[in-house]
Amino acid sequence: MASRILRKGLIFLVSLVSASVVVFAFMAVLPGDPARVALGTNATPEAVARLHEEYGTDRPALVQYWDWVSGLAVGDFGRSYVTGVQIGPQILDRFQVTLWLVLSAMVVALLIALPLGIAAAMRHRRLSGTLLSGLSQVGVAVPNFLVGIMLITLFSVHLRWLPSGGWTPPAEDPWGFAQRLLLPAVSLGLVQGAILTRYVRSAILDVLREDFLRTARAKGLRPHQALLRHGLRNAAIPVVTVLALQLATLLVGAVVIERVFVIPGLGSLLLDGVGDRDLLLVQGVVMVLVLAVLLINFVVDVLYTVLDPRIRTAAP
Amino acid sequence: MTAPDPTEPDPRPDGPGRDPVLTVTGLSVGTDRLNLVSDVSFTLAPGERVGLIGESGSGKSLTALALMGLLPEGVHAGGTVRLAGVDGNLVTSSERALSTVRGEAMAMVFQEPMTALNPVKRVGDQVAEAMTVHGRVRDRSAARRAAVGLLDRVRLPDPAGTARAYPHQLSGGQRQRVMLAMALANEPAVLLCDEPTTALDVTVQARMLELVTSTVAESGTALVFITHDLAVVATVCERALVMYGGRIVEAGPVGEVLSRPRHPYTRGLLDASDLTATDERGRLRTIAGSVPAAGGFPEGCVFRNRCPRADITCAAVPPWAGADSGYACWHPVERDE
Repeated sequence: MASRILRKGLIFLVSLVSASVVVFAFMAVLPGDPARVALGTNATPEAVARLHEEYGTDRPALVQYWDWVSGLAVGDFGRSYVTGVQIGPQILDRFQVTLWLVLSAMVVALLIALPLGIAAAMRHRRLSGTLLSGLSQVGVAVPNFLVGIMLITLFSVHLRWLPSGGWTPPAEDPWGFAQRLLLPAVSLGLVQGAILTRYVRSAILDVLREDFLRTARAKGLRPHQALLRHGLRNAAIPVVTVLALQLATLLVGAVVIERVFVIPGLGSLLLDGVGDRDLLLVQGVVMVLVLAVLLINFVVDVLYTVLDPRIRTAAP
Repeated sequence: MTAPDPTEPDPRPDGPGRDPVLTVTGLSVGTDRLNLVSDVSFTLAPGERVGLIGESGSGKSLTALALMGLLPEGVHAGGTVRLAGVDGNLVTSSERALSTVRGEAMAMVFQEPMTALNPVKRVGDQVAEAMTVHGRVRDRSAARRAAVGLLDRVRLPDPAGTARAYPHQLSGGQRQRVMLAMALANEPAVLLCDEPTTALDVTVQARMLELVTSTVAESGTALVFITHDLAVVATVCERALVMYGGRIVEAGPVGEVLSRPRHPYTRGLLDASDLTATDERGRLRTIAGSVPAAGGFPEGCVFRNRCPRADITCAAVPPWAGADSGYACWHPVERDE
C-alpha cells in the first residue's frame, strides 16, 4: 500500500516536470511575438528589442525555461507581458472561483445521478426505468450554456428570485455568494449529472448481475439491502473514475458557463490570456490545470485502494 | 410389471415416512416463451440427503433457484413449494416473506466460489451478516465471534485470520468452505448445494464432500445436492432424483438407481460414466446425440429423440410409475437387462 502510493507520487512528479517542458516548448514555437503585440504594429525594432530584454525573452530558451520552472517551484509565476501584473495571485484568485463553481456543480451532479442512476438500473425492465434513461439521454444532449440561459430567463428575468450573474467572494457576503453560485452550479450540474446518471446506471446494472449479490440475497437480504450493503461500493469504482474525468474537464470546460454568468473564473482568464498573446499567463494557467488534473488522478488512485482491497493488497 | 395407467393421478416419489421438511409439487420454471422445468415433485425428510443428477441444461440449477426464489429476471416459477414451519407456498410468497426464509430455514451454496463472495468485504463480516440479518445474534462483535466459530466448524485453518481476509486472498476450496459456513450459519432445515465441488481441484473436492456430509449430519439439515457426477451422488446422497429436459425422469434410493436403473436415460448416464466398458468399436460409451437447447426438447417424453427404445407411444408424456422410487418411461429397462 505504502509503496504503491510512493510509486504514484513519483509518477506524479515526473508527469509534472514533463508537462512543464511540453507547455514551455509549445508556447515557444507558437507564432506571435508578445513584445510586438504589446507595442503595436508601428513599433520600432529598437523598442521591440528593448522590451525583449525587459521580459528576458532574448535569452536562450533553456535559460528562460529554467528561470520559469524554478520560479514555479516557489510559486512565482512571473509578471504578465501585457498588464505587468503578478500572475500567481491572479491565477490563485481565479482558480478559487472556478473551484467553487465546479465543486458545487459536481455536488449537484451527484445529487441527481446517484438516485436517478440507481432507480433507472433497478427498474431497467420497466417503463419508469426506460423513461429515466431517456431523460438522462436528453440531458446529455442539451448544452450547458442553453440550460444557463433558460435558468436566467426563468429565475432572474421572470421571477426575479436570483441575480443573473456576477460574483461575490464567499468571505465578503456569504448570502450573495450563494445566490450568485446557485444558477451556474445548477446549469453545469444538470448536464454533468445527466452524463453521470448513465454511468451510475450501468455500474449498478453490472453489479446487479454479480454472483455475490445473489449470495447476499440467499443470506436473506432484501434486494435493496443487498444493493446498498454489497453493491454500492463495487459500483463506486467505475463511477469515481468518471467523476474524476468530469472534474478535470470542467476546470476549463466551465468557461462557457463562466461567460454566460459573467463569472471571473480560470477558463475566462485562459481565454483572455490567449487573446492577448500573454504567453507567460497562458503557460501559468496551463501548468496549474496540469497540476490540478494530476492531483485529481492521485486522489482517485488513493480512493481506489480504499474502495477495493484487491488493489490494496496486490503487489505494486 | 404392468404398464402404468395414465388416467390415475401421479403417485410421486416420497421420502421416508417422517413428516417432510420440504414438499415440492408440480414445480415448473420458464420464461414467457419457454418451459424450462416441468412438473417437478419430490419431498425431503428432515436430515435426508438427496442428489439431483443431470447433465448441463437439465434444469437442476433452475430448480434449486426456484426453491430459493432467486430465479434470474424474466424467469418465473409455478407450482407449490412448502417448507415445514413456514406458512404458504414459497413460489407465490412475497419477496419480504421469502427473505425471512432464505438463509434461515433454507440456504444455498453456489457453484462458483470465485465470484460468489463480495470482493470488497472481509470474509468474516460476510459470514456474520448471515446471522445479523435474521437477528440471530445481539450485536456485531458477537456475530464476528460466531463467524470465527463457523469458519472453524468448516475446518478452515486459522479461522480468526481467515475472518479478516478478503475473498481474493483465499483459494477456491477455502472460499467454498466460507460459503458453506455462511449457509450453515443459522442451522437451516434445508441446504441446497449447486455443484459446490465442480469448480474445485479433485483433491479438494473429496474433502469438501466429506465436510458437507458431516456438517449437515451435525446440524440435522436436509440436503439437496445438485451434481452431474454420479460418483459424487453415490458418496454423498441417500436418494437420487435424475433430471433430464426439465423433468424428473427417475427417482429412488441411490443404490437402486445407480445399480439397477429403469429409465433409459439413467442407464445411458451410467454406461457413459463406466470408463471400463466400451462399445463394439472399442470406444467409450456415450448417449447418442446431445442435450437440446433450452426449449428444444421434444413433446411427450423429453428423452425420446435420443432414446434407443423410443417408439410412437413416447409421443405422449409418460406417467410416473411407482411412488417413493419410480420412473417416467413407457419402455423401462428391465431389472435383469
